[in-house]
Amino acid sequence: MSTDEDKSNQYLTFLINGEIFGIATNRVLEVLDYTEITPVPQSADFMRGVINLRGSIVPVVDMHLKFDLPPSERTVNSCIIIISIKLDGEATSLGAMADSVREVIDLLPEHIEEAPRMGTKLNSKFISGMGKYNEEFIILLDIDKIFSQEQSLVNGEQVDQ
Amino acid sequence: MQDMPENAFKEEAYELLSELEDSLLELEDNPEDAELVGKVFRAMHTIKGSGAMFGFSSIAEFTHEVETVYDLVRNKKILVDKILIELSLKARDHILSLLNCQKEDEQQAVQNGLTLVSQFKALANSVVPSSEKINTHQESNSPHPKDQQSELITYRIRFKPNRDILHNGTNLSQLLDELAAMGTSRVIAHRSNLVALDELLPEDCYMSWDIILSTDQGEDAIRDVFIFVEDDCELTIRTVSTGGEDDNFEQKRLGDILIERGDISQEVIDTVLAKSKRIGEMLVEANLVSQSDIESALIEQQEVRKVVEKRKQERSDKTPAVSSLRVPVQRLDELVNLVGEMVTVQSRLSQTAALSGEVELQAIAEEVERLTEELRDTTLNIRMLPIGSTFNKFKRLVRDIASDLHKEVDFQTVGAETELDKTVIEQLNDPLVHIIRNSMDHGIEMPDVREAAGKPRAGTVYLSAEPAGDSVIIEIRDDGKGLNAEVLREKAISKGIISADDTLSDNECYQLIFAAGFSTAEKVSGLSGRGVGMDVVKRAIDGLRGTISLESNLGVGTTLKLRIPLTLAIIESLLVKIGNNSFVLPLSVVEECIELTRADIEEVHGRCLVNVRGHLIPYIPLRQTFAIEGELPAIQQVVIAQVNGQKLGFVVDNVIGEHQTVIKTLGPLYRDVNTVSGGTILGDGSIALIIDLMQLMKQAALEETSK
Repeated sequence: MSTDEDKSNQYLTFLINGEIFGIATNRVLEVLDYTEITPVPQSADFMRGVINLRGSIVPVVDMHLKFDLPPSERTVNSCIIIISIKLDGEATSLGAMADSVREVIDLLPEHIEEAPRMGTKLNSKFISGMGKYNEEFIILLDIDKIFSQEQSLVNGEQVDQ
Repeated sequence: MQDMPENAFKEEAYELLSELEDSLLELEDNPEDAELVGKVFRAMHTIKGSGAMFGFSSIAEFTHEVETVYDLVRNKKILVDKILIELSLKARDHILSLLNCQKEDEQQAVQNGLTLVSQFKALANSVVPSSEKINTHQESNSPHPKDQQSELITYRIRFKPNRDILHNGTNLSQLLDELAAMGTSRVIAHRSNLVALDELLPEDCYMSWDIILSTDQGEDAIRDVFIFVEDDCELTIRTVSTGGEDDNFEQKRLGDILIERGDISQEVIDTVLAKSKRIGEMLVEANLVSQSDIESALIEQQEVRKVVEKRKQERSDKTPAVSSLRVPVQRLDELVNLVGEMVTVQSRLSQTAALSGEVELQAIAEEVERLTEELRDTTLNIRMLPIGSTFNKFKRLVRDIASDLHKEVDFQTVGAETELDKTVIEQLNDPLVHIIRNSMDHGIEMPDVREAAGKPRAGTVYLSAEPAGDSVIIEIRDDGKGLNAEVLREKAISKGIISADDTLSDNECYQLIFAAGFSTAEKVSGLSGRGVGMDVVKRAIDGLRGTISLESNLGVGTTLKLRIPLTLAIIESLLVKIGNNSFVLPLSVVEECIELTRADIEEVHGRCLVNVRGHLIPYIPLRQTFAIEGELPAIQQVVIAQVNGQKLGFVVDNVIGEHQTVIKTLGPLYRDVNTVSGGTILGDGSIALIIDLMQLMKQAALEETSK
């Protein structure tokens, strides 16, 4: 929680299965319309495949499946958010499939509360905080943790220390 | 972080040290080779010089001692022997450690080198009278950078002392000696002024001298020699032109030299020449010049000739250095990436051109295709390095291991000039070290054992590299005791790698050494025998997309063959389709493609076997293996490939054709997917995945056994 990235007060919000999530904007590289994804055989279900991002191959993760939600349905609003993450100290980028992107908001630290230990259906380890904006709650994701660990994201299976 | 120049020095020093090591090892075999001694000396000298310049004073000081010894070796005052080589190799390691150590550890490192310093000093002292030693010392530590100009220049020094020069106690011979120390000098005495003995005053000087001096030092240095006698003599110092860098320089004729020196005029020469005798004789006969003038001029002529020759030789030594350029690897990598993109765009262009049907556009596309191909080859070639640099490192390794194990080993290398991609060479280093260690530790027997078995006392480890299409085959062969299939089998059973009722052929038993956790050495030695050797080797070779095979004959020896692809960046491949998905298979292993109809499948009752000209070959249906949905086409294609010495088919829907594949990784998130080794971007912007046939085969074999 002390890295430079967390100093940003701007968050990109997006919808997954009706819930609002947020990622610090300095980790977001770009937002793409949904494109054709080349599936990679024999990989985990939530790894939807790879896309060609101007000559680089970037993996795409289905956030629905990653969060153990029913598979996402493609709509005109479906999009791929390209984010940069650190995986075991190595910087890499990936695309996160979201149902739709909402907006970029400013969230001051005083508007962010600690992640609740229960009730979010998600493992609270992957939530860096709960933002409150215009009477709505926004789940702020700690994206490095989500992808760096091979563990279930569903609350309850993982005991928080 | 360190400053740039320091890094440049380090880089240079690493290179010099590795050259130094090579030269030393060569010198061990050819102790008489003056050129090698010169090489060693020059390497030491450069390290010392630039070390001092960049503030690595501990290195400069240490290297100085070594250099002093090699200067003596160069002058044939010390002979090259095993002890010297041993000492020098240690010195080289010490310089390396000084180079690598942190500032705070430097003192400790210097301490470690003190014994070496004293050993070198002892060597130097054993031959040099103390005065001379001081001389060399002064020379190399001289505060003026007098050897700025390394080119040899020949000077003609005319030294005509006044008759009374000896009266104040000047020692003329010392002056001449001092000049002689500056380079190669020839001294000619002119005795023409000598008087008859009864008229001669013993305290007077009747002689004058011409000195022809070839030195790399400047005129001022020469004048310094005469500084105390300048007023008591006529001194002229002239540079004798040796033609500079110009190869076509015409050497001066004797007459020209005499004229230039003002001993005679052009006209006199011309008249004398008309008599057409040898010019020197004629001039003397004609009493126009004295015999000693002629001698002096002749010597000058010789000297000039020598210098010109020497310079020519030096230049030919230097040429390779000038014709190469040091470039950071990073820039090369960028270039390779760009070429990769270029190849991708080019295939897109070709595709579009073909579809458009425009002849003109197609012609352009073809031209671009040709150029891109050349560009790709050239770029990849830049990264190619001869594997010899690695081989040379092994010479040292073998030498050290042999003495540790008290074995006698003759190390032979062939094909050092074979070229491989730089990254491949780097990644090959560790596996090769493992293999060579294994060969020496487990393969080669002790000298007595060998003798008893009727073999020469010294074992041979043979390392060869040869190009084979888009791969390089590296062979490591020893004439040791070979592998014992029975011992391997028992060991594997006791380790639980195979079960007791498994029947394995001898060859299959040999392959067991590549299994993880397998070690046959009874004792764990410091070199090998921890059971991590060969499986690590196997994994490293797999990582290079290479293959490894092993042959062994009990009592005769073991041969390991590595097949390594030339480059990791771009491969020739076969593009295939399954449903809408494109895949590429490395073309190097593909042997042929055949059709597979429904009738063919029924013929073998649905088993995954295909009949190829009477041979049944097993195949892997990729559509099922990769769980790709969709209708099977009526006629599928089987790509027959040779994987790990075994023929295997891979069933796909369609074979599209050959493809230039620029390999891109899928990133760390796909680390766990073994059967896909990467991806590539096709002309239309879609992605084709690169199939790792070896992993696929392994996986299929595993599924087979678990059934």
